[in-house]
Amino acid sequence: MGKTLFDKIWYKHVVEEVQAGPSALYIDKHFIHEVTSPQAFGGLKKRGLKVFRPKQVVATADHNVPTLNQHLPIKEILSRQQVEQLHENCAENDIELYGLGHPYQGIVHVIGPELGITQPGMTIVCGDSHTSTHGAFGAIAFGIGTSEVEMVLATQCVLQSKPKLMRINVEGELKRGVVSKDIILFIISTISSSGATGYFVEFAGSAIRNLSMEARMTICNMSIEMGARGGMIAPDETTFEYLKGREFAPKGQAWNDAVAQWKTLFSDEDAVFDKEIFIEAADIEPMITYGTNPGMGISVNGTVPLSSTLEEKDRASYLKALEYMGLEPGAAITGKKIDYVFIGSCTNSRIEDLRLVASVVKGKKKADDVHVWVVPGSKQVEKQAIEEGIDKIFEAAGFELRQPGCSACLAMNEDKIPAGKYCISTSNRNFEGRQGPNARTFLVSPLTAAAAAITGRVTDVRRFLAESTESAENLM
Amino acid sequence: MSKSINIIKGTAVPLAMENVDTDQIIPARFLKSTSREGFGKNLFRDWRYNNDNEAEPKKDFILNNPSFIGKILVAGKNFGCGSSREHAAWAIKDYGFDVVVSSFYADIFRNNALNNFLLPVQVSDSFLKKIFAAVQADASTEIEVNVEEQTIKLLATGEEENFDINPYKKTCLLNGYDDIDYLLSLKGKIETFETSGQEDADHLFDAEYKLISKERSNPNGNVYKPVY
Repeated sequence: MGKTLFDKIWYKHVVEEVQAGPSALYIDKHFIHEVTSPQAFGGLKKRGLKVFRPKQVVATADHNVPTLNQHLPIKEILSRQQVEQLHENCAENDIELYGLGHPYQGIVHVIGPELGITQPGMTIVCGDSHTSTHGAFGAIAFGIGTSEVEMVLATQCVLQSKPKLMRINVEGELKRGVVSKDIILFIISTISSSGATGYFVEFAGSAIRNLSMEARMTICNMSIEMGARGGMIAPDETTFEYLKGREFAPKGQAWNDAVAQWKTLFSDEDAVFDKEIFIEAADIEPMITYGTNPGMGISVNGTVPLSSTLEEKDRASYLKALEYMGLEPGAAITGKKIDYVFIGSCTNSRIEDLRLVASVVKGKKKADDVHVWVVPGSKQVEKQAIEEGIDKIFEAAGFELRQPGCSACLAMNEDKIPAGKYCISTSNRNFEGRQGPNARTFLVSPLTAAAAAITGRVTDVRRFLAESTESAENLM
Repeated sequence: MSKSINIIKGTAVPLAMENVDTDQIIPARFLKSTSREGFGKNLFRDWRYNNDNEAEPKKDFILNNPSFIGKILVAGKNFGCGSSREHAAWAIKDYGFDVVVSSFYADIFRNNALNNFLLPVQVSDSFLKKIFAAVQADASTEIEVNVEEQTIKLLATGEEENFDINPYKKTCLLNGYDDIDYLLSLKGKIETFETSGQEDADHLFDAEYKLISKERSNPNGNVYKPVY
C-alpha cells in the first residue's frame, strides 16, 4: 500500500510515539502573534525556561493592531500592552519579530508564504486555527492552543494524535466568475461545518492543480471551517515557481536539493484515505453564506433553504441563524442590501485578491451608502498594490485602503461592523458577532465582494465580467 | 487551575445549542489580556447580555437562569468549533465548570480543554438527549462523571454510558501531569532527532515505511534535514 502525502511528512517528524497515546511531533516552523502567545511565554518563565529553538520561531503583530495610523502609538491601552508584550518576549528570547512598521509585517498566514519561510515537507504550527493556510505548499500545518504554543516554545515539539485522512478531489474546469473561495465555500456547504472534524484533508484534482499558489492558500485556509485539523496540496511546479527567489527560500545548490526532495511529496497512486470525496468543478457557482456558520452557503443566485428541506435535528440552529441574519426562508439572496464591504483577512487579502477586486471596479464607483474597507494582508502586499496602481483604482472607486492586519475579520481592534448592519466579506467566519456585536456577515469571494461594493447589493459578479475586456480566468 | 481530576458529581447547566463556536464562548474583543485568569466573567458574553451591558442580562439565556447551576456544562454537537483560542477553555473553567458534555467536539477545543483539566466528555446523540431531557425536567438532576472508570451516569435513574479517552491523557488527568513536563523529559531524544533525523526513529515506522526511510538516507548523503 502506498503512502499519502500526509504520512510521508508526518512520520519523518515523529520523535516519539507515546504508547497508546499521541506522538511527539517535531515542528520545523512556529509562527507566533500577540494574542495567543503571551500566556505561553508567561508559562515558560514560570518554569524557568528559555525558548528552545528561537531561530525556528517567527513573530508578527496582526490580530489586534489598528489599520490606520500604524506609525503612531496604539491608542487602545490593552492592545498596546499586548503588542508591547510581544516585543519584550521576542527580544528576551532572540525571536525574529516583524512588528508594526517593519516592511515584512502582516497577517501571519500571509507573510510566512510570501517570505518563503513556508516550504513543502515542513511541519508548521501557530496559535491560530487558520494555520492550515500553509498546507497549500505541501506542509503539515495546523492551529494550536496556547498550552501547545508553550510546548513548542519549550521543546520544538507538540503532542498530537494522528488524524484520519480525507482526500477531496475537484475535477474539471471552473465556470467563469468562479474562484478558489467559491470552491471552498461550496465544499463546506456540501459536507457541513463539522464534516471534516477529526480529519486532515488533502485537496487534489485538476481544478486544484490549475490554481495559483495564492488561490490554493485560500482553499487550505478554510479547511478548519469544515472542522478539519488542516488541509494540504501536493507541491508541484506552481509551488516551486512561487517559492523560487523568495527571501528565505533555499538558494543555489540548496535550492536544487530542496526541489529534488519536494518532488517526492505526493500521495502514491495506491495510497488509501479514510474518506474520499469527489466534486465536479462545473457544479460550483459563485457562492455566498446566508447563515451563521461557514457551512450555510448557497449559490449567489440561490434562495435561503426552506426548513422543510432540512433534517429535523438541524432546524433549531437554522431558525436561530436566520433570525440573527434577518432573512426569511425561501428568500432570494441576490439583491439583498448591504452596508459594508470588507476585503481582507488571511483568506483573501493577497495581491491576487486585490487584483481580482480591481479588475471588477476599475473605472467604477462604489454605491453611495456602502462603506468599503480594503485591508491588505501585509506591508509587501500593500507596496505591490501601490506599485501596480491598484490603490488608485480603489481610491477612484471610493474604497478605503487601510494598513495590514486581521482587522474586521475578527473585529478585535476598532474595525467593527455596527450592530444589525450587513457586511459582505472576503473573510472566513460568519459566526454571530464575529465582525462586531450583532453584525451580520455574508462570506464571499473577492469578485463577489467587488460586485456588491458597486451595486450596494448582493450581486452576481458575472454581470460585470461580461462587460469587462479582461476575463477573470486570467486573473486567477 | 485545579490539577488532577477524577470523579465529578453534581448538577448541570443545559445549553441546548449546536455548533457553539469559540467566538460565542469568548468574543475576540475580550482576548486582550496577557494572563490566563479572569475570562469567566465574559463567558458567552453576547448571549448573556443585551447591548454588551452586564446590567441587562438576557433572561432567556441559560446562564442567567438561577435554577441551573453546576460544574457540568451540557451542550449540543460540534462544541468549540472555529477559532483555536484557548481562552475559550480558560473562560469555561474560570466560570466554574469542570466538565463539558456533548456528542461531538471540534479537535482544537478538545485538546485545549484537556490541557486545562477541563474534561470534554463525548457521549452518543441518544445519551445526550437523555441528559438534556433529565436536566431540563429537573434542575436538581445529578450527574456523575468518573475518569478512572470512563463513565458518565445519571444518578437518579442509574443510566450510564462509557466515554473514550486516550490512555495517555487519562493518566495526565488523574495525576495532574502536563504535556510540557513529558516533552521536556524527551529533550535528549529531540536533540538526537534534530541532528540525525528519522534514522534514529526507525522503530516508529512500519515495515514498508522503513524502506522509504532507507532510500532517503542513501549513500549520496541525502539524510533528511528540515529545510529552515
